[in-house]
Amino acid sequence: MAHESSRSRGAGVFDVRLVIALLIGVYGIVLTVLGAGFMTEEDIEKSAGVNINLWAGIGMLVFAALFVVWAKWRPIKVPQQEDETGGTGASESEITPGQER
Amino acid sequence: MDVLAEANLRLDANAVDYVLLAFYFALVLGIGYLARRQVSTSLDFFLSGRSLPAWVTGLAFIAANLGAIEVMGMSANGAEYGMPTAHYFWIGAVPAMLFLGIVMMPFYYGSKVRSVPEFMLRRFGKPAHLVNGISFALAQVLIAGANLFLLASVVNLLLGWPIWVSVVLAAVIVLSYTALGGLSAAIYNEVLQFFVIVAALLPLTIVGLYKVGGWEGLVDKVTAGPGGAEQLSSWPGNQLTGFGDNFLSVLGLVFGLGFVLSFGYWTTNFVEVQRAMASKSMSAARRTPIIGAFPKLAMPFIVIIPGMIAGVTVTELMGENKAALMEGGEAPSGATFNNALLLLMRDLLPNGMLGIAIAGLLASFMAGMAANLSSFNTVFTYDIWQAYIKKGRPDDYYLRTGRVVTAAATVLAIGTAFIASTYSNLMDYLQQLFSFFNAPLFATFILGMFWKRMTPTAGWLGLVTGTGAAVGVFLLAETGVWELPGQGASFVGAGAAFVVDIVVSVVVTYMTQPKPEAQLAGLVYSLTPRETLKHSTSGEDAGWYRKPGLLAGIVLVITIVLNIIF
Repeated sequence: MAHESSRSRGAGVFDVRLVIALLIGVYGIVLTVLGAGFMTEEDIEKSAGVNINLWAGIGMLVFAALFVVWAKWRPIKVPQQEDETGGTGASESEITPGQER
Repeated sequence: MDVLAEANLRLDANAVDYVLLAFYFALVLGIGYLARRQVSTSLDFFLSGRSLPAWVTGLAFIAANLGAIEVMGMSANGAEYGMPTAHYFWIGAVPAMLFLGIVMMPFYYGSKVRSVPEFMLRRFGKPAHLVNGISFALAQVLIAGANLFLLASVVNLLLGWPIWVSVVLAAVIVLSYTALGGLSAAIYNEVLQFFVIVAALLPLTIVGLYKVGGWEGLVDKVTAGPGGAEQLSSWPGNQLTGFGDNFLSVLGLVFGLGFVLSFGYWTTNFVEVQRAMASKSMSAARRTPIIGAFPKLAMPFIVIIPGMIAGVTVTELMGENKAALMEGGEAPSGATFNNALLLLMRDLLPNGMLGIAIAGLLASFMAGMAANLSSFNTVFTYDIWQAYIKKGRPDDYYLRTGRVVTAAATVLAIGTAFIASTYSNLMDYLQQLFSFFNAPLFATFILGMFWKRMTPTAGWLGLVTGTGAAVGVFLLAETGVWELPGQGASFVGAGAAFVVDIVVSVVVTYMTQPKPEAQLAGLVYSLTPRETLKHSTSGEDAGWYRKPGLLAGIVLVITIVLNIIF
């Protein structure tokens, strides 16, 4: 059954932290560029005198960087062996795989 | 800027905003595609193969609930009532979430059931299972329709697309990732959505606070406005409950909202419980709702405070408009509190941030609907199709069934979206559904988990009569026999359902035969060996910061401190 191999490969390639970092990072870049170069007086006045695009952009870049660091620091461990096939008759042993690693 | 003058809710989005929005949707679909590769069995599809870390399931736990109702409704409540709205978070959610993690999760996760109805099957047998499965599936389709309708009506308001285009488009997007990647895709997207929602609301709150001159400025302005200083502290919350007497108001909040409604919702609603069941170990499952409680505690600050700011700065909502709306009339401006967040975004956010804010709002609406769909397909496939209609097929048959059922549910939800569109106040509609389904379920659960004598017959009879009682209260209120204001009917209905369920269950139990005790191990507290309720404390579950009890204690302390401050 292709169960084991597909799971290991999936876990290695796909880390949701990196997807979150990608989204927030791209948002951060766009906002920072907008905030640094393309804000009119009118825009800044609208948001109560705060250049919110710039500040939110920088905040998002920092956040994205932290998530990348976290994902690198604690990469997802690919499960070595899965004892369950996922059928109906799940046995008591499913509770412990985390313990034994 | 001309657009603003014509339609005052139309946001002035430009190309940059649309690009940011499109990028978000591309990632959402991308997650569905990536998650698909992890799905090879039905357990992968329906419970993510029980493999997710606690922080992921914890955030998904919150995001699944952070739908349209939460974000729009609570900011509207914030604009109308101010800080007392925080009760929906601090009293109405956090204690129940801690209870779920500490007391109930060991039974759910430890007994290896795949759904809440399956727990009913093991504890009470087939009749209770079928009753619960069908009522849950029905409720999910109805609620998914409400979420879909709200999503479409906001898209219609913001961007001017026709309602039916928005309904179908939103349904197709949610369907494509939940049908492809199953629960993993739904959960990963919920986590992504959580961060987008925060990225949208946090800057809005900060700019808003600058606008009113910081917290001090907000205090001054709210005190001076209609509603007065009472709106700045959460207790006793008379305006919110409608009780004139302080004592009754506090009592209503603690027992009505804090006990029956919130425990019923958070501890038995499979939409929520399913997220915890997807986690990789008992310890992670117990931590799921507790980790979720941390952002839940902070949520009022980025949902309610923008609402309050809108109530004192947005022209259409401040002053005489707010006063008129609070008395139940119409504001001269024609705006309602439901528009609070949109109006504040329109007033304060420049292009760029505006696109992210729209993405955040749409994200929150999709989160709710995806959560409904992913729990509906699990219950329908496992608890109705596999249990009663097509038994004993190979696993990939049920995996395919799950995908088909997801598609069918989406089509049904498009239908119920048009039913939901006929209700003027969707919050009433949803509270009503909760009183029908969740309140009796909670009563049956609590009795069944702690009282080993409770019999199978009592299990299903209690559920049926409890739901019947809530429906009865609803009919009395609808026909005007019993005068109950707006959501008062659903509070009374929930109370009646709870009491009737308990009474019927106890009476029936003494007249019928209990199940043999040997069959109840792992399902009833007193018959479960203590070790199976424990979680591992080594390997990936080691460390003080992974102890559910300690985390819950920290949450509790923060909750109490917040209640004292505000």
